[in-house]
Amino acid sequence: MIPLEHFLTLSGILFSLGLFGVLARRNAVLILMSIELMLNAVNINLVAFSAYLVSTEFVGQVFALFVIVVAAAEVGLALSIIIAIYRSRATSNVDEVDLMKW
Amino acid sequence: MTGAQFLFYALGLATVMGGLGVVLSRNVVHSALALLLSLIAVAGIYVLLYAEFLALVQVLIYGGAIVILLLFVLMLTRSGESPLVLDNPQKPVALVVSLLFMAIAIVSFFLTRWKLAQAPRGVDFSVLGGSLFQDWVLPFEVASLVLLVALMGAIIIARESPQ
Amino acid sequence: MPWYVDITARVGAMLIFLILTVLALVWLERKFAGRIQMRLGPMRTGYQGLLQSLADAVKLLLKEDLRPANADRWAFQMAPFVVFVPIFLIFVTIPFSRELVIRNLDMGLFYIIAVSGLSIVGIVMAGWGSDNKYALLGAVRSAAQMISYELPLVLALLGIAMQASSLNLVTIVEQQRFLPNLFMQPLGFTLFMVAALAELHRSPFDIPVAESEVVGGPFIEYSGIRWGIFYLSEYVNLVAVAALASLVFLGGWEWPLLPPAAWFLVKTFALIMVIMWVRATLPRLRIDQLMDFAWKILLPLAFVNIFIVGLYRLYQWPTWTVSLISLAMAIVAAATVYHFPGGERR
Repeated sequence: MIPLEHFLTLSGILFSLGLFGVLARRNAVLILMSIELMLNAVNINLVAFSAYLVSTEFVGQVFALFVIVVAAAEVGLALSIIIAIYRSRATSNVDEVDLMKW
Repeated sequence: MTGAQFLFYALGLATVMGGLGVVLSRNVVHSALALLLSLIAVAGIYVLLYAEFLALVQVLIYGGAIVILLLFVLMLTRSGESPLVLDNPQKPVALVVSLLFMAIAIVSFFLTRWKLAQAPRGVDFSVLGGSLFQDWVLPFEVASLVLLVALMGAIIIARESPQ
Repeated sequence: MPWYVDITARVGAMLIFLILTVLALVWLERKFAGRIQMRLGPMRTGYQGLLQSLADAVKLLLKEDLRPANADRWAFQMAPFVVFVPIFLIFVTIPFSRELVIRNLDMGLFYIIAVSGLSIVGIVMAGWGSDNKYALLGAVRSAAQMISYELPLVLALLGIAMQASSLNLVTIVEQQRFLPNLFMQPLGFTLFMVAALAELHRSPFDIPVAESEVVGGPFIEYSGIRWGIFYLSEYVNLVAVAALASLVFLGGWEWPLLPPAAWFLVKTFALIMVIMWVRATLPRLRIDQLMDFAWKILLPLAFVNIFIVGLYRLYQWPTWTVSLISLAMAIVAAATVYHFPGGERR
C-alpha cells in the first residue's frame, strides 16, 4: 500500500512547480498552464483524502469534479481574454499589458 | 516493491517531469505538450486512488479539450514563432518562494496525524453519479450555469468588434 | 496462464487483426470508389489488384523517412504515435462478441469517448512541428473541427447511455436483442454518423486534409513509415467508429443464425461501406459552413434527442412513440439541411 503522505508530497511538488511558473513566466498562456498544474495538485490531494481518510466518503471526488469544471470554464474565458489582448496589443506577455488606459 | 507502488512512482516521476517541462521549457508549444504528459500521468494517479471516473474525466477535459485550446491559442497568437525571453526578472525570487512553499507543505504533510481509514477505498461510479444528482444537485446546476456564462463570455470577448 | 501473457496475446492479436483489416480496407475503398466513378480501380497487382495495398505497404516501409530542416524534431517524430496510440486504445474495450474482448470495462462507452479525444493532440503536433504553413493551417482547422463535432457525437452517445442506463458496451448490446437502437433513435444514429464523418476527416468534412486547399494538411511533410502510421491510424479510426456505431446502434452480435462475431463484422463493414459511398459521392464543404453546421444544426438537434429520450425514460412512454418522434425529427432535420442556406463568406 502506498502511504497517503507520498500522494500528498507529489501534490506538494506539483503545486510548487505551478507556483514557480505563475511567478516566473511572462507569457499569459504559460501562466495559465502553471495555474492548471496548481489546480491538479489540489485535485490529487482531494482525491487522496477521499480514498484514505475516515468519514469523508467520496466528497473529495465530487469536489475534484467541480474543480475540473471550473478549470475548464476558466481556461475558456482566460484564453478569449488573451486573444482579445493580442488583437489590440500584438503581445501575449503579461508584463507588457500594465497600463490601465492608453 | 509491488506493482501498484512501481506504477505510482513511475506516474509521479512523469507528473513531475511534465511539470518541470511546463515551467522550464524555452518553447511554449513544448510546454503545452509537457502539460499534457503531466495531466495524463495525474489521471493515472487517480486510477491508483480508485477514482476511475475522475481519471476518465481528466483525460476527456484536459487531454481532449483544454490542452487543445491552449495549443490553438498559442498558434493564433504566434507565441511559438520567435524565441522571446519567456521568464521575467523575478525568477530567482519565484524560485525561493516556491521552494520554501514546497518545504513547508511537505513537512506539514508528514507532521500531521491523519485519521486514516482501514484501507484506501473507492466508490462505484453509479453511486458517485447518484450522489452528484441528489446531494450535490444545487452545486451541479450552478456549475452548469458557470459553464454557460463562461461560454457566452468567451464568445463575446474573443469576437472581433463589428466596426 | 499469467495475466500479462494473456493481455499481451490479446493486444497482439488485435493489432494483427487491425493491420490486416486496414490492408483490406484500402483495397476495398479504391475498388469501391472506382466502381462508383465508373473506373476499374487497381487491377495490375494480383487478381483484381488484390495485392495492391500490400505493395503500397512495402513501399512505405522502404522509403526514406524525411524530416524538414527546420522542423521541431521532437514533436515531428512523436506525432504519428501520439495519433495512433489513443485510437488503438479504443479497441481495448470494443467487444467482438460477449467473450471476444480485450477488457470489458464498466465505463466502456465513456472510456472510448475520453481516449479518442487525445489523438487531436498528435495532429496538432504534426502540423506545428512540420514548420510548414499548410501543415499548420490544416492542424488548426483539424483542431477546430474535431472539438466542434465531438459535442454532437458525445451527446448522441449520451442518448444511448440514458436509454440503456449503462455505459458497459456488453450490456448496451444485450439490451438490443429484439430492437436495435437504430429503430429506437434514428435521430441519434443520424447525428452520430454525421459527427463521426467529421471526426474521421472524411468527405464531405475533409477540410483539414483537403488536397486542393492545404495540400494534405498536417501530413504534408511526412514520408515513409511515419506517413504510413498516420494512414494506418486514419483507417483504424474508421474501423473504430464503425464498430462503435454497430455496437450501440445496430445491436452488435445480437442477431441469430450466424456466429456472434460474424454478425458484428458484417454490420461494421456495412457501415464502413456507407462511409466510403459518402466519400465517393459528396463534394467538400467550406470551413464556415462546417462550423455553422456543427453549432447551429447538429448541437441543437443533439439536445432535442436527449430531451426526447429523457421524456421517454421519465414518463415510461411506449417504445414506438419515441421511435416515431425521433424519426420525424430526423426527417425534419434532413429537410432543414437540404434547404440550409450556404451563407455568404465574410
